[in-house]
Amino acid sequence: MTVKTLAYNIPFISIFLMMIAAIITPVLPKRHRIPEKLSCICLFIVAVLSGYLIYALDTANGDIAFNFPVGHYPAPWGNELRAGLLEAVLAFCYSIAMLLSLTGNFQSTAEDIPERRRSFYCVLMNLLAASLLALTYANDIFTSYVFIEINTIAACSIVAVKNSASTIRAALRYLIMSLVGSGLVLISICLLYDLTGHLLMQPMHTKIIELVKNGKYIFPLTVSLALITAGLAIKSALYPFSFWLPDAHGSSTNASSAVLSGLVLKGHIFLIIKLFLRVFGLDVIEALRMDKVIFILGVTAMIMGSVHALKQLNIKRMIAWSSVAQVGYIFLGLGLNSVEGISAACLHIIVHACVKPMLFTSAGGLSAAADHLKSLHDLLGTFYINKWAGLGFVAGACSMMGIPGFAGFASKISLTMASFDSPLIIWSLAALALSSVLNALYYVPAMIAILTGTDEKIHGVHEKIIIPLSFKISIGMFIALNFYLGLRFVPLLRLIMRGVNIFG
Amino acid sequence: MNDGLKKFLLDFYNWVTGNGARTENEDAMTELPPVLPFTMEPDKIQSRFHEKTLQERRKDWINLHGLSVFSILYRSFSIITCVVIVGLLLITVSELPPFGDENNPANNEVIDRYIKLGGNETGAQNIVAGMILDYRAFDTFGESAVLFTGAVSVLMILSAARRKNDEPKNKLHSGFNDRNFLKRAPPIHELKDDDAILRGVASLSIPAIILMGCVVIINGHLTPGGGFSGGAVLSTALILCANAYGFKKVHEFFNERTYIFSSSSALLIYALSKGYSFFTGANHIESGIPIGTIGNIFSAGLILPLNICVGIIVAGTLYGVYALFSEGEI
Repeated sequence: MTVKTLAYNIPFISIFLMMIAAIITPVLPKRHRIPEKLSCICLFIVAVLSGYLIYALDTANGDIAFNFPVGHYPAPWGNELRAGLLEAVLAFCYSIAMLLSLTGNFQSTAEDIPERRRSFYCVLMNLLAASLLALTYANDIFTSYVFIEINTIAACSIVAVKNSASTIRAALRYLIMSLVGSGLVLISICLLYDLTGHLLMQPMHTKIIELVKNGKYIFPLTVSLALITAGLAIKSALYPFSFWLPDAHGSSTNASSAVLSGLVLKGHIFLIIKLFLRVFGLDVIEALRMDKVIFILGVTAMIMGSVHALKQLNIKRMIAWSSVAQVGYIFLGLGLNSVEGISAACLHIIVHACVKPMLFTSAGGLSAAADHLKSLHDLLGTFYINKWAGLGFVAGACSMMGIPGFAGFASKISLTMASFDSPLIIWSLAALALSSVLNALYYVPAMIAILTGTDEKIHGVHEKIIIPLSFKISIGMFIALNFYLGLRFVPLLRLIMRGVNIFG
Repeated sequence: MNDGLKKFLLDFYNWVTGNGARTENEDAMTELPPVLPFTMEPDKIQSRFHEKTLQERRKDWINLHGLSVFSILYRSFSIITCVVIVGLLLITVSELPPFGDENNPANNEVIDRYIKLGGNETGAQNIVAGMILDYRAFDTFGESAVLFTGAVSVLMILSAARRKNDEPKNKLHSGFNDRNFLKRAPPIHELKDDDAILRGVASLSIPAIILMGCVVIINGHLTPGGGFSGGAVLSTALILCANAYGFKKVHEFFNERTYIFSSSSALLIYALSKGYSFFTGANHIESGIPIGTIGNIFSAGLILPLNICVGIIVAGTLYGVYALFSEGEI
């Protein structure tokens, strides 16, 4: 069973296309926003290619995943990429969400960042996209680490791009926490290499199974699993490690917030999924009791993230804390430690990657309508000034609350269904219910705030603001995606489940 | 319920809500509550003595002691965390396979092939160069991109901030301006007078250092060394030059434009040439890149040009980061 030649090369082409775009951007002319247009074009090409890869893998005989040796040397000697349905779906989702975040915030990026910096900003965005794709496709734990480094540096710099005291402070906090995470991951990779003698994921898995069966080196293995999970959890803002997130995501420019919240966190979470399924295997995870830890932390995050969001008056910080809660949902799915749970978690990754950028983009549009003030009190009635942003915010908020028909409903119902097979059903259902109520407690007042206006705002006596076409198109696309995910999620979930089954 | 218990509960309730029994000589107590440091706004002057509620007492206590208690807790928790992690890691290391044992898991078929066949397959006499630039060249590409990312980030944050400060200042925005806070410190490397000793030594050693760097890079596939170490050597020549003759002298031949252009093109050459090799390798096509005779300068396929590319990136980036942090520009 093989795939067509083009489909076979797509993982490699996607990563290299984004890398080359990043490399040539600094020497391109800065006029006419050429660097940003180049990023958008490349992301569009990657999206189309990933779509084709999904199609090719979906229509191939049987469920297949293929390995792509990067170079002339076969598996344990050279580097390797691996692609299956799950990776293809994620790559498609990442590229689409990033493309829409960039185009949606085309104007606000220009307002926040001077032209000289924007070219470098695009370099970093392209590198982020490349590193996310590489984290998705890499089948080698050290390659993943290299791209984690690129991801970390680029992510911290896109926070600091808006040159104000608060963003620099937020970026420094983010950098320090991220580096602690990277350090833990690197220590753990060294330990794992010492125990298994491999960096490639499948040979590592065989060796780990052997070690666990013989009862050898169990303690170092547990420590390395704990360290790498903790390191990646810090980077993906799992609750007790997430205090850097609201500053970083709340104070940076809108495009950065959208990409960081929607995508960068997900890259690291997907690496945890990869570790659990491909390197350790679900049985070993259960034997080392990591799934329980993840489950408890996930439930805590779901509740505490929302509790913190309730206290916020700044709309962007509120959305940022809501990301912490949403990351908790993903970890809850992971903690169920079953194929259904992990598929639901992956569906939530996709849903959140499509909804959170929309919320940040709309929040940016709404605050632009209120003289760039971000407090909920200042946003009263802004819905009527920028209706596109208002619609986007309402759709995003409904989705986050899990109203049927919107995207958030899809993943919440999948998580609920997945928890029926788990012994932790009561806890998981209680956490889902409580967290949904808490979500509503802060999204509903925010919606009421933007929909409650003075007469002059409703009847259009205010100064008109010009809403750029790119903003309208992106919000429209985001809303369409939102409804698509909410109404037609079953085929997607089936696709993801097939992907998870052959992931290991 | 017992009367005593009832009274106790009532007293406790009053203590919490602050509605305790009035003191008998209320008029005598005109003394105001003490003004505490760090209170946001002075309390309204109350004509009547007001017993504090539990919440107010807590707030006052936090205002008085909060910071010191927090810093004590913070320090002790960070020390405890460090000790626990260090202890955990030490125990883990003690349980790892013994160092240098031949039965270790790391001594497997992977290492075996690198050592036995590495020379013939990659054409590199230096096995390490063969490993990092041929077997695992994708990782090394990533590492060069990490350097590139770091340099671009520093350039974006520092260099652009400097340009903004050079603009004529708007009088309305004088004083603390949010955008202006990254004010550049006066350059410490401004030459005060002609440092004859430094210049003399520099003029003698810079050519030698450059030669040494080039040798390390070009012989990367033959002897220990390669792009990363050779590039670091080259960057020291640039840094020495900047210190002895001033950054202006270096600007004449190496400025931001040169840096961006050289790094981008070196990385692009790396990406395109290695991309071609990856692509042909994965699709099982002959790449047609000659390996040559082991031991010759022109051997080992792409390793020599890749080493040169990596050397250019490393040299430029290390000097660039040094110049950006000490001078604010490349």
